Amino acid sequence: MANTEKNSYTLLFAVLMVVVVGSVLAGLFGSLNGQIKENQKKEKKQNILFAMGITKATISKNQDDADLPVDASEADKIFEEYVGDNQFIIEGIKATKTNKAFDIDVKKQGQLAKKDGYVRKLPLFIGSVNGKKSYVVPLYGKGLWDAIWGYVALEEDLKTVKGAFFDHKGETPGLGANIKEKFFYSDFKGESIYSGAEFKGITVAKGNNDPTNQRKDDNKVDAIAGATITGDGVTAMIKADIKMYVPYFETVKPN
Amino acid sequence: MAEVAEKQVKAKEPLFSKQNKGLMTDPLFDNNPITIQVLGICSALAITAQLKASIVMALAVTFVLAMGNVVISLMRNIIPSKIRIIVQLVVVATLVIIVDLVLKAFAYELSKQLSVFVGLIITNCIIMGRFEAFALGNGPWKSFLDGIGNAAGYGLILIIVGFFRELLGSGTLLGFPVLGNPIEKTGLYALGYENNGFMLLAPMALITVGIIIWIQRSRNKSLIEN
Repeated sequence: MANTEKNSYTLLFAVLMVVVVGSVLAGLFGSLNGQIKENQKKEKKQNILFAMGITKATISKNQDDADLPVDASEADKIFEEYVGDNQFIIEGIKATKTNKAFDIDVKKQGQLAKKDGYVRKLPLFIGSVNGKKSYVVPLYGKGLWDAIWGYVALEEDLKTVKGAFFDHKGETPGLGANIKEKFFYSDFKGESIYSGAEFKGITVAKGNNDPTNQRKDDNKVDAIAGATITGDGVTAMIKADIKMYVPYFETVKPN
Repeated sequence: MAEVAEKQVKAKEPLFSKQNKGLMTDPLFDNNPITIQVLGICSALAITAQLKASIVMALAVTFVLAMGNVVISLMRNIIPSKIRIIVQLVVVATLVIIVDLVLKAFAYELSKQLSVFVGLIITNCIIMGRFEAFALGNGPWKSFLDGIGNAAGYGLILIIVGFFRELLGSGTLLGFPVLGNPIEKTGLYALGYENNGFMLLAPMALITVGIIIWIQRSRNKSLIEN
């Protein structure tokens, strides 16, 4: 056995360890990355469909499945059926129909937009359910600990929320993480993002005396106790991100 | 230190000798990592607002601690003592990343549920504690049992705390309402019962752990320091 106290041994051990561990992890990542990307794309499709009301129940006709997204294995096929090529990139008031909209990284666009003169590319997915269009807008923002994101589907009037989906990277379980629970996201359904003719967004509000969310025109949903900052993050994300689409929406909005 | 321990192993003993069984059962009660050694408190406070999260965390820690203990134990004679803490960190971080990647590729749904917990395992003091205190001086089989035992002791407390926090804080267990509906005032809520929102916050986890320690020490006086 070599003398494990010698500096040269320590150095050699450290170098070897880093090389071995580094190559094992790099190799593993390289071989699994394709599969992981594929899973993430499927998840994104599931979430977009979920926001516009296409759930597992739509496919299985079983109402018990109404809170579940469509199966990951079928996500590609169902997405093709309901959204397909109806993907657009919005730049200001100009909309370009392109399949590349799905691949746009909303986070990256947000960073690019910090540079002067950059016109942000905004992805928009238009699904058609029972002959009615729903406009799905992706959102991206900050929670308490890390990123939060979501998809909000708007009705054809481009005012009323048809459905919403939220997710997070690292919010506190039982508190902020509850934004992905049904009791939270289902409150958004039917809420208006306008107050009169003015864009208001939707505020996640504490103490709005409407915990069962009977009032749909107050631009408010009930907050989660103990998750103030995550809730504020959702409010800010909805206000900021949907607002960027408003100039375009004004040009297509039915009167 | 390492050589002495090795000689002990060489004197052949059955796989589940009394001593080996003790390695697994001691940490459950009289040498519990949370209530007696007061290790791993951070995660016990952070993630026990729900029972499901507690169970998942307990399973994940069991895997990492048992595997890590075996790896460290196998390498115990070649690890330079000057950088042993770094080596331990590398082992636990590597295991956690492997688990994370494999889950993301082959069990994506599950990995979404685990989300932050996988990463949190790295910061669990019990893991580094067992590497340092046990695996560096004992053989792989004993280290494996020690890992399982300590993770079980940790998991037991997590599940007890998670059970009470979810029940009293949200009125649910594993997400299912068990006390009735708080908004429509059915079940227990019809009698005027209210959920205690304070239970969902970290300080109440500390108080819950404190109560467990109190019960444990009042039942076993030998645990009380003079």
